[in-house]
Amino acid sequence: MSTFWSIFVMVLVTINVVGAVWLLFGNAKSDPSETTGHTWDENLTEYNKPLPMWWIGLFVLSVAFGIGYLVLYPGFGATKGSLGWSSVKQHDAHVAEANARLEKLFAQFRDIPMNKLVDDPKALSIGHNVFANNCAMCHGSDARGARGFPNLTDDDWLYGGDPQQVITTITHGRNGVMPAWGAVAGDQGVTELANYVRELSGQSHDATLATAGKARYMTLCIACHGPTGKGNQALGAPNLTDNTWLYGGDLATIEATIRNGRNGQMPAWDKTLGPDRIRMAAAWVLAQSQQAPADTAEAAQ
Amino acid sequence: MLHAKIEKNVGLMAVLIAVAISFGGLAEIVPLMFEANATQPVPGLKPPAALQLAGRDIYVREGCYNCHSQMIRTLSFETQRYGHYSVAGESVYDHPFLWGSKRTGPDLARVGGRYSDDWHRVHLMNPRDVVPESNMPGFPWLAERTLDAKEVASHMRALRSIGDPYTDADIAAVPAAVKGKTEMDALIAYLQSLGTHGPKEDTP
Repeated sequence: MSTFWSIFVMVLVTINVVGAVWLLFGNAKSDPSETTGHTWDENLTEYNKPLPMWWIGLFVLSVAFGIGYLVLYPGFGATKGSLGWSSVKQHDAHVAEANARLEKLFAQFRDIPMNKLVDDPKALSIGHNVFANNCAMCHGSDARGARGFPNLTDDDWLYGGDPQQVITTITHGRNGVMPAWGAVAGDQGVTELANYVRELSGQSHDATLATAGKARYMTLCIACHGPTGKGNQALGAPNLTDNTWLYGGDLATIEATIRNGRNGQMPAWDKTLGPDRIRMAAAWVLAQSQQAPADTAEAAQ
Repeated sequence: MLHAKIEKNVGLMAVLIAVAISFGGLAEIVPLMFEANATQPVPGLKPPAALQLAGRDIYVREGCYNCHSQMIRTLSFETQRYGHYSVAGESVYDHPFLWGSKRTGPDLARVGGRYSDDWHRVHLMNPRDVVPESNMPGFPWLAERTLDAKEVASHMRALRSIGDPYTDADIAAVPAAVKGKTEMDALIAYLQSLGTHGPKEDTP
């Protein structure tokens, strides 16, 4: 705050405090028998009594409180107050205190390898909280995902399901780009390709279209999804031969995917969560995918 | 007695009441209008681009501020959840401010980049598709309505007249920027811009 505005505020505050005290005492009455001077119905008059002492006492106390506050805390122009308090300092102190406590908590888990961490109920409970606060918006509170957002409870992984891969995915995010092939393949080509993809996953399809689609597949799709359609975890290219679909496995959806492409984004969480929370969340996610084969079969129905 | 005089003169009393209650504003608001950290944008902050500006209008029109604040307070449990606390320089181009005063949904001051565009699209169509527990209404009509370039350009000119540094080139580029875009695209562009120039949080 510049000196001018600091003095401006100081002057206003002083006028207020002094003015309030002056108003009180400058207008004080002392004669309790004084009347307002009005007379009604010939002889009815009204006393004009001084203020009661308890009220004046409270008023003076609140003025004293105000002055005390301005001495201790910032408020009188640019003065910082003798306590040196500021909301930012208080915030930083609270964060430091919380971090010190969390540091103690997280330190217990740093030396535990990931394959042990997935069986540690305390780590899983922390990981579940981290997941619920940060990941559940896309992957769902039960981690089963939604259309376009992968189910994490099955054992099917786009980028690989070993602990280090999962940690990398959370830390740096992922960007799953499927290019749009509509312009290259044309409407007929898209339909043929979609039928071949249905064949790969063992679903009902038109055999003639699928055969034509296979030829196109071998030039357009093979680079990412591989010659047998098994996908490529290094690129995040999905396996097309299983029954797991990110956007949907019906003909119309597969056609839309091929025609317009897809752009799946997983944000990077390193800045928000830091390595300790990421390990906990990864452990919880891995625990879900390990214990859940029966569950997922149920969910698929 | 002065007090008796004021008591019996309504006009004088009204003037003195106005003076008394303006003291608060004079001390707390007026100095801020001349404070560098409240009037200078944070580094990198630009007034909202055409699509973001259109999205901001939709944010106001649909009343998003009724449930979502855009103000992260200096409280540790807020900064842990939402990121660095909001600073005045981030709101320099906010006309009007959308800080809000009530949170039914989460704070959005730093929501930019937190979710993908696709997530926002699915979530705005029907929030329960991605967050089953959500009680936010869906806004599917945004995907059907297109933007009016003339309106956005005139809004930009109005903002320029109160000091936002839009150039003639910015205004001339509006039709190209909003062409074929839906209100949904605009709102998502606006949301993705929120808080992206604020102070950066260190890794916790």
